[in-house]
Amino acid sequence: MANNNVFIALQNNEEARPIIEAIEQDNAEARVEYAPAMVKIDAPGRIVVRRASVEELIGRDWDPQELHVNLISLSGNIDEDEDEFVLHRGD
Amino acid sequence: MAAKRLSLREKYQKFTRDLAWEPSYQDKANIFPQTEFEGIHIHDWDKWEDPFRLTVDAYWKYQAEKERKLYAIIDAFSQNNGQFNVSDARYVNALKLFLQGVSPLEYAAHRGFAMAGRQFSGVGPQVACQMQSIDELRHVQTQIHTISQYNKFFNGFHDWNHMHQRVWYLSVPKSFFEDAMSAGPFEFVTAISFSFEYVLTNLLFMPFMSGAAYNGDMATVTFGFSAQSDESRHMTLGLEVIKFMLEQDERNVPIVQKWIDKWFWRGYRLLTLVSMMMDYMLPKRVMSWKEAWEMYFEENGGALFEDLSRYGIRMPKYWDVSVKEKERLSHEAWSIFYNYDHAAAFHSWLPEESEMEWLSAKYPDTFDKYYRPRYEYWRSLQEKGERWYNSTLPMLCQLCQIPMAFTEPDDPTQICYRSSEYNGDKYHFCSDGCKDIFDDEPEKYVQSWLPVHQIYQGNCGGASVPEVLEWYHLVDGQDNKEFLDSQDRANWNRWKGESDSDTDQPVKAAVND
Repeated sequence: MANNNVFIALQNNEEARPIIEAIEQDNAEARVEYAPAMVKIDAPGRIVVRRASVEELIGRDWDPQELHVNLISLSGNIDEDEDEFVLHRGD
Repeated sequence: MAAKRLSLREKYQKFTRDLAWEPSYQDKANIFPQTEFEGIHIHDWDKWEDPFRLTVDAYWKYQAEKERKLYAIIDAFSQNNGQFNVSDARYVNALKLFLQGVSPLEYAAHRGFAMAGRQFSGVGPQVACQMQSIDELRHVQTQIHTISQYNKFFNGFHDWNHMHQRVWYLSVPKSFFEDAMSAGPFEFVTAISFSFEYVLTNLLFMPFMSGAAYNGDMATVTFGFSAQSDESRHMTLGLEVIKFMLEQDERNVPIVQKWIDKWFWRGYRLLTLVSMMMDYMLPKRVMSWKEAWEMYFEENGGALFEDLSRYGIRMPKYWDVSVKEKERLSHEAWSIFYNYDHAAAFHSWLPEESEMEWLSAKYPDTFDKYYRPRYEYWRSLQEKGERWYNSTLPMLCQLCQIPMAFTEPDDPTQICYRSSEYNGDKYHFCSDGCKDIFDDEPEKYVQSWLPVHQIYQGNCGGASVPEVLEWYHLVDGQDNKEFLDSQDRANWNRWKGESDSDTDQPVKAAVND
């Protein structure tokens, strides 16, 4: 079952939509699946959510910690700072 | 002079690590007496990382925002009588099981993390456990509050905590959590944060909550996802505690692997209840238990354990049995409740023909062969007015406390029995997974409070079913038994203006006239 996918799942709502769009822009291999009320995004090895990309879409300042409000679940190791939130496998 | 804005890392350092101090007049081992007896070796607590770097000011800010959003929806739900917009009154039974079985575990988790946080001698895990303890209290409160709206209209919601302490099937979740809470702090977080929250709870909170949305239950999906947004942080704590223990000392590896094996199996058995909620209790279905297990355990869990293999950790023991069981689990579980619904605080029913078709499409190798004929036989009895209830109490597994109705890993027609001897007594198990856990700590599990044994010993209100139901605070003919005969169904049809004389059953009393 060799796979190294990471995933992030967000509520499917107004606040999360630009975050989902930013993830699609910045992660070429991301696979986005819609289920009732939620969106699950899988990608091999790594997913990055960039502050700059979200800010560009929403036209205001955005703190990656705002992710917590609409986050449903995730899988992978996390690395977060002011500029980006990263999920990855391995070190 | 304007103060320089702190980076996230600096802020985490100041608000978390800098809160710690070295005790000067007490020995550290006396302050934290539980950190060593489990055999886990920790050399440097500062190596503990919270990758979210969540500090207490940000915690309150975001939690307050989540609460505001949630309560706006709960208000809208009750003001607009949202309970009438769910797909079907059968759906509400999944919520009864949730409130009786899951919400009390949130409260237990609130206590458990307060205890674990007190026992870890590093400030990183202390702060993470404290936040989680507060989260869990929020979860139980929001669940009680949200579901209270249903209590005004449906039976079975009235005394869930009392039931959690006494009713036979609720000893499954209750004993699961008490097993974890009566272990040491490292085993507790491995059990709950890693094995349960990181590896398994996606199965409950993702497809089931998405299913609540699909069935029109705006209130449940909202508290579910609000809780789940905290859960992401808890899951991360679970992964961090595992990596921390594994990186601190290689002597920790076999202990951690043993706990992962144990708590994977314990958690998987507990999810049996979720499997039947997904396949039978959601009138509009999102995905089957089998599909969910493939997506969340086989695929995502597989990637996780591949990642952990660099520490010498392998897939949990008996994961292959869980894969063999995925085409049977929900059907075997639903059959247990159909048999014993006269003693359960929610209704059961036979799937309608369209639902049988869905089940045979989702379970092509098993449903038509093993389960459809059973349901058709039960339906024929029901049509004759002889709805089957099993009056013989079932043998329970000493470990998971589920009735012994699971089948052999390689033979779905043969009930699986295992047993062990301890101090001259014989103990029975549903699986090799449960037997192994017993054999490793028999002195713990010989003390299990098994509901069936307790009834036969006269400790549950009396020897007859009516006496036991009274002791459960369960009203016969109202909270229990067949859905088709229930007040819930009669009320629902009346509210919906859908009284169909063909199937209408006599009703003892109707509420909210």
